[in-house]
Amino acid sequence: MALDRWIALVILAVSLSYGYTAFFLMDAGLPPFMRFNPIWPSTFPKVIAVLAAITSLAILLGFEKKPADSDADEIDFSRLWDYNIGQAVFLLVLMAGYALLLRPAGFLLSTLLFLVISAALLGERRFVILVPVAAIAAGGVWYLVQQTLGIYLSPLPTFFN
Amino acid sequence: MLDGIWVGLSTAFSFSNLLMVIGGCLIGTFIGMLPGLGPMSIIAIMIPVAISIGDPSAALILLAGVYYGAIFGGSTSSILINAPGVASTVATSFDGYPLARQGKAGKALTVAAIASFAGGSIGAILLMIFAPALASVALLFHSAEYFALMVVGLSAIAAFAGSGQVGKALLMTLVGLMMATVGEGALFNQPRFTMGILDLQSGFGFITLAMAMFALPEALFLVLDPSRSNSGGSSGDIKDLRITKAEAKKIAPVIGRQSIQGFLIGVLPGAGATIASFLGYAVERNIAPKEEQAEFGKGSVKGLAAPESANNAACTGSFVPLLTLGIPGSGTTAILLGALIALNVSPGPRLMIDQPEIFWSVIISMYVGNVILLILNLPLIPYIAKVLAVPRNYLIPFILFFTLMGAYIGQNNATELLMLVGFGVCATLLRFANYPLAPLLIGFILGSMLEDNFSRSMQLYDGISFIMERPMTMGLLALAAILVVLPTIRARRVRKQELEAAESD
Repeated sequence: MALDRWIALVILAVSLSYGYTAFFLMDAGLPPFMRFNPIWPSTFPKVIAVLAAITSLAILLGFEKKPADSDADEIDFSRLWDYNIGQAVFLLVLMAGYALLLRPAGFLLSTLLFLVISAALLGERRFVILVPVAAIAAGGVWYLVQQTLGIYLSPLPTFFN
Repeated sequence: MLDGIWVGLSTAFSFSNLLMVIGGCLIGTFIGMLPGLGPMSIIAIMIPVAISIGDPSAALILLAGVYYGAIFGGSTSSILINAPGVASTVATSFDGYPLARQGKAGKALTVAAIASFAGGSIGAILLMIFAPALASVALLFHSAEYFALMVVGLSAIAAFAGSGQVGKALLMTLVGLMMATVGEGALFNQPRFTMGILDLQSGFGFITLAMAMFALPEALFLVLDPSRSNSGGSSGDIKDLRITKAEAKKIAPVIGRQSIQGFLIGVLPGAGATIASFLGYAVERNIAPKEEQAEFGKGSVKGLAAPESANNAACTGSFVPLLTLGIPGSGTTAILLGALIALNVSPGPRLMIDQPEIFWSVIISMYVGNVILLILNLPLIPYIAKVLAVPRNYLIPFILFFTLMGAYIGQNNATELLMLVGFGVCATLLRFANYPLAPLLIGFILGSMLEDNFSRSMQLYDGISFIMERPMTMGLLALAAILVVLPTIRARRVRKQELEAAESD
């Protein structure tokens, strides 16, 4: 089965559980006075759930003819392992790590680490340039966002505060 | 009226006010480039500065400069790195980013600057002439019409439904609509589909989703396929800065039409720049000749000029209800209203009579802001486009960092970043399977507005009868149906003709 049909299957499952929530679970919590409304919080979701289930089923069963020419510019999923998949996954992990580290380690340190590690991962070896650039970027963005714009970004690790 | 214009001109062209405009434009452009900081937040940030100036005209001139600068800055990040930081620039990235990938970043930015300038200027002129008359028209629009207008906006998805893609584009829109229902809606005060997760109470963040759908998959594609970074000639090439005569001829009518249409949509409170840009894109695609239609989404200058002029004209249009009725039609104008009140100016029907110099200096300053922006930015474009010439090893980490920052600054919530990564992975998979991602975002943006207005009109009319009872609603819905069906019929006719031609051979 091609990837687009697998995805249609997943979306079908999601819309079924979404529809189940809308049809059977949501109205239970509705206060009595709201039952007189012509529209309930679940009305719109019900419509979407039905439409989404039908559309995803249509794709899953392949009712629609495939376009003859696929975009040459896009990446061929069947040859995914020929690409730098490892780098991409590692970068995603790094982003998740950044999300988790941002609060405890502070903005400056986690940004510096993120920029240096991800650039190094992509093959940058001139650390003499890389580290100062990353430091200036982290410091500059922090200065702009916090000092100039007044949006708080905790700069230092929590144990310094 | 001429007296008013004269007063406005003499205020706007004083030396200190010109400095204000220049400063405002520069600040707006540079901060606006950071995804996550749209015009609304930048104006909010600048208000204390503006108020401390004291003179209301000067303060408004500064804010107008910031406003236009921020809009242009936002388009820059959608064009260069496919990271639309504001809903109204999402449509800009549809054709702006493909152009940048073809090495025409300079040209794309120039088209955007000129289209924005024209949209803003035409909008300002229309504002000057029609403001009082249009204010009453805006009041004719009820929630039923807004609902219908959102449906027309959704028809922009038809632009992504090429052959064999109709179902996919439709499904993505529905997924976007589903995602819009997550969280606590304004109308029901009841958390929906949050699965008990507290962070979902307020729904998904727009910026998180925009970054995850557009910028992140693109950055991942750049990682996966290194040849992609330098495909399309040397990226950040500036030799293609100028627009050819043929292109100018092509986009001139588009800009004209979309400036007027965008302005009219912008006048309606609540519809605003986002709908104007989607609709502008959809309409232009539908009326374009067949061979140009195929270019839309792959780097068409028309597809870039349409949303850019429409959204700027709509921004100007949103000043109509603000200045004449005191009703802020969008988040940005609401903040401006706050600034006006803090400066001891109360917008409303009396403004034009009591304080005409303020009214006119706002309008003239909008115009001056536009001109200054164009003068400042055209020479800057080659340097802005150079962003793409940054070595890949630096560019990718920085794109990722800016998407993270965009999602973080608005919400100050680290969970948002995890969602960003999760959605980014989903979006990349969807792109592998040739699902168009723009419809998802359009559905998400319009979904909550659609539902709110639909519910409100259901409550007002106690049922679905409003569709029959309000002719304007009916007309708009019919228009939406035509916009969706037309491309399909056209495509079918073309296929038929091809078949017949093949058979007769």
